[in-house]
Amino acid sequence: MKKLFFGVLTAVALAAGGTFAGTLDDVKARGNLLCGVSTGAPGFATVDDSGKDIGFDVDYCRALAAAIFGDPMAVKFVGLTSAVRFTALAAGEVDILARNTTWTYSRDTDLKQTFLGVNYYDGQGFMVKKELGVSSAKELDGATVCVQVGTTTELNLSDFFKENGMSYEPVPTADNAESQQQYLAGACDTYTTDASALHGTRVNLENPDDHLVLPEIISKEPLGPLVRHGDDNWADIGRWVLNALVIAEEKGITKANIDSWKDTKDAEIHRLLGTGSDDILAMVGLPKNAMYNAIKASGNYGEIFENNLGATSGINIERGVNASWTKGGILYSPPFR
Amino acid sequence: MTKIAFVRKHAIPPAAPPITEVGAVGWLKQNLFSSWLNSILTILSLYFIVIMLWDFIPWAYGGHWNTKSLRECLDLDPDVACFSVLAARWKQLLFGLYPAEEYWRPTLTFIFLLLAIVPILFPKFFKFFWFSVIYPGLAIWLLWGGSFWSVSIVYIGLALGTLLFLVLIRSYIHNYVIAALLSFGFTALFFFIASDPIVKTLDTILPFSLPFVESLKMGGFTLSLIVGITGIVASFPIGILLALGRQSNLPVIKMICVGFIEFIRGVPLITLLFVASVLLNYFLPPGTNFDIVLRVVIMVTLFSAAYMAEVIRGGLAGLPLGQHEASASLGLTYWQSQRLIIMPQALKISIPGIVNTFIGLFKDTTLVSIISLRDPIGLASTIRADQKWNGIYWELYVAIGLMFFIFCYGMSQYSQYLERKLKTDK
Amino acid sequence: MSSAAPPSENFKLSMLLSDTRYRGMSLQVITFIIFMAVFFWLVDNTIKNLALLDKDVSFNFLWLRAGYDINQRLIPYTADSTHGMAAIVGILNTLLVAFVGCIIATVLGLFVGILRLSKNWIVAKLMAAYIEGFRNVPILLWIVMVFALLTEFTPAPKAFKGAEPEATMLFFESVAITNRGTYFPAPIFGEGSSFIFICFLLSIFVAIYFIRYAGQKKRDTGKSLPTVWISTAIIVLPTFILFFILGKPISLEYPYLKGFNFKEGLHLRNSFIALTLALAFYTSAFIAEIVRAGIMAVSKGQTEAAASLGLRPNRIMNLIILPQALRIIVPPLISNYLNLTKNSSLAIAVGYMDVRGTLGGITLNQTGRELESMLLLMGFYLCVSLLISSFINYFNRSFQIVVR
Repeated sequence: MKKLFFGVLTAVALAAGGTFAGTLDDVKARGNLLCGVSTGAPGFATVDDSGKDIGFDVDYCRALAAAIFGDPMAVKFVGLTSAVRFTALAAGEVDILARNTTWTYSRDTDLKQTFLGVNYYDGQGFMVKKELGVSSAKELDGATVCVQVGTTTELNLSDFFKENGMSYEPVPTADNAESQQQYLAGACDTYTTDASALHGTRVNLENPDDHLVLPEIISKEPLGPLVRHGDDNWADIGRWVLNALVIAEEKGITKANIDSWKDTKDAEIHRLLGTGSDDILAMVGLPKNAMYNAIKASGNYGEIFENNLGATSGINIERGVNASWTKGGILYSPPFR
Repeated sequence: MTKIAFVRKHAIPPAAPPITEVGAVGWLKQNLFSSWLNSILTILSLYFIVIMLWDFIPWAYGGHWNTKSLRECLDLDPDVACFSVLAARWKQLLFGLYPAEEYWRPTLTFIFLLLAIVPILFPKFFKFFWFSVIYPGLAIWLLWGGSFWSVSIVYIGLALGTLLFLVLIRSYIHNYVIAALLSFGFTALFFFIASDPIVKTLDTILPFSLPFVESLKMGGFTLSLIVGITGIVASFPIGILLALGRQSNLPVIKMICVGFIEFIRGVPLITLLFVASVLLNYFLPPGTNFDIVLRVVIMVTLFSAAYMAEVIRGGLAGLPLGQHEASASLGLTYWQSQRLIIMPQALKISIPGIVNTFIGLFKDTTLVSIISLRDPIGLASTIRADQKWNGIYWELYVAIGLMFFIFCYGMSQYSQYLERKLKTDK
Repeated sequence: MSSAAPPSENFKLSMLLSDTRYRGMSLQVITFIIFMAVFFWLVDNTIKNLALLDKDVSFNFLWLRAGYDINQRLIPYTADSTHGMAAIVGILNTLLVAFVGCIIATVLGLFVGILRLSKNWIVAKLMAAYIEGFRNVPILLWIVMVFALLTEFTPAPKAFKGAEPEATMLFFESVAITNRGTYFPAPIFGEGSSFIFICFLLSIFVAIYFIRYAGQKKRDTGKSLPTVWISTAIIVLPTFILFFILGKPISLEYPYLKGFNFKEGLHLRNSFIALTLALAFYTSAFIAEIVRAGIMAVSKGQTEAAASLGLRPNRIMNLIILPQALRIIVPPLISNYLNLTKNSSLAIAVGYMDVRGTLGGITLNQTGRELESMLLLMGFYLCVSLLISSFINYFNRSFQIVVR
């Protein structure tokens, strides 16, 4: 009992606030943001050799922390497995969940969450060995498929094979690493998960050229950050930090050149960086230069993508649909006005 | 009278035993090839050992240790182990995400732990028992940091309460229950009213603190040890009470104890951990939200308390009935006879069982990875999410398994040693 | 303090705490009140929290479409079945793995436990290594490693292809061990096979009756019949004869390679095999120690006394040592069965869909019904464990030496 008592004393007591209304106030009072990320998803969230949090989702949260506090380091990352992520958010253990989570109807409504937008348009794909001689997912009739349990991936797989009148044998696995191990050992003919992860995995295989990611993307997996229902102001903050990063890329504002835009004629840039006369960010309770800090933290959307998922990261994912609409993608932010 | 032709005057020097009976050959014959069945078994065993090591030795022996990523390993030689991941991440496997400049704190805590166990295990050093008493507070302060005074105030409060209790018993009130209630009330009041100001004053007069490290940073074997050891230590008194309650002849208390023990033992630990991580928020007042490590420790404590209770019950059952009756006939009360006669003997015979419970609990701490804590197995998946090590599989598991093995094997050897020791002094 | 105090003594309030006659009662009342208070506090909190999250407690989700596939199922199930059905499939899978695991663990444990006492040095050491190796490494790691070993060291189905295949099927082309599982010939039950089952069941009853009769006879006359042979004959022969009389109604369907995979036959998936084996290995290490302790606990004097009565070694084992050792072995053995069943909840680590994988995993994740799912899940495990522990109690009552 004594030991328990000590434990209680040293525990971090996080007052979550009865109705979850003033999340921003809670965050400010606490002095840091609690951001739920994956315990390990290649490119999205992990820790590097020195113990530093890195990843696409991590950088989004750093931008959000920078917008609120002016300090990208004022954020604590809570690693969450897919089994506990929604409850952790609902219980107030994290302020925001940026854990490569697919936006679906039932998650939005039944699980009482608010998705803030899409930060990565993913889709489910298949990887096969070239020697199998398959070039399309439609030729996979009768195949054994490694699939991670407890995710939307499994449901999409079932739907896809049913739609195409094909049969398959699922080999459920606990995580991506196990799928990979089973696939390499030949226990399944093909292995399916989000295309981003497939690319990330393929690069590190013994002979990447022996493996092929099939062209079919069988599902829409719009991944995005989410918050609890019931605090619209907090949702707005998260949403517009995301939008600001996208707009910054559209306008060509980068981490490096962000200070050189003071004399631009573009009124939207002035509003965004807080260099103009009107202070529209006060409406959500953020400082005037919040978005300046957010972009300054780890760069605009394009830079974040490049550093965590693109060529710089070694994962080598193409921008594809995740390019800005000005470059043929579907990333399109509402105007900052 | 017969003529004696020859009388041996000296004993013949003993002949050397046949070569088949001594030395390596004799040993082989006696131990390995004493019968045809034994010979077959021996050959089968040897064959099995060779098979097991045939692939493993070259894989492990030639492993790379100095590459920067899995890609480099594969480019060098894909058929051997890539232990570079251990070279890069061994600190994380040991300490989790604990700040690197503070690694000395968990290390010191562990060394102190070994010292704190000594007085409990070896009666010779019992005079150092005070260290074992202050150790829990010291460990918490070292691991989590913060003000030294906020931890020591707990000790001060408890010491004052105990002092009051002793004074009351000796001089004023001779009823244990009332004295205990009074001093408990005093201690509670002390914590609610006096402790905060005292800590604040001490902090300003004599600031003495370590940088605060939050539970999120705890991981690796440090986390396993924290959860395992706290669980076993905290569950010990609860286990004793539950075991006594289960043997009690008061039906309500017996029912509650039996219900608790059977419930906890009936469900897998993973469901209890799930309750800790997901459902506990439902059961506590709205808005309460406390540390996940603490929640896990509470659940693990309850879990091992039920097992501990059964081990101690076994110890109690192993005592001859005469001990109860003899102590009762001496006029000892229930608690006196438990404290002086029954428990010392029962606990002594339960020590191996307690160590086994601990080993089981320590191994079970790996399940916290399922509720997203970063124990060694949880860290393995984090490490693999780093693009540099994406695809590492065996190296991490072999290393983690080996570490657990060394620790648990040491513990079980020690428990067997205790078992032997206890057997001989009967 | 004396229990012989005259009843005329006036009752004082303080006696509730100090008088041994009342203390027990008042202690119980206080405990009960505290217990109920805590209980209602928890329930009240739960209700408030649920209201706050705008959730209710409802088990309706059990009747909604599950939408996910389960590869290993003992009863018909598709993605269109309900969550409740998925839970039942999971329960059956849990029971299956627990049942098979317990059998393998017992056999292995007996084997290893006896060999551990062998005089052969290398065998004894090897068994010790087996026991220590499995006991001292977390079961979660073993499950994952056995699964990976199974897939890495068995041939892929395509290795069976071609004119000169790298791998061949075992036992006259009937069993295929691949890294996707093991394929056995599946029995096909033709017309009349139900008679064979009935006959088989009847023979078992007759055999049990015979064993009882033989035991009774031994007690009465001291003569023992060759029970094992006769009872085996009773069980096997009639069924076998009927099988041929009815014209072999049960036939075997052999697995064969087609496309990516083997088709037909009985398919034991690797996830099942790995989980069962890992659980069995792990538990057998504990069982081996129990067996060893049980045999060593029977004092040497018993063996010597039996030998001096002129009993032969195998009869000493059967009549003297085993009956005494079993009394020590069985209770912890059964509690190890319980542990195995509970450990099977780690099935998710290899993607075996047990009840925690379906009800406590995918269903929980998709419906967001944590409270309800966990209640059902814990209820299931509790039922299993209560059944098992009531069996232990029954065993203890009927077989333990009665003290006084």
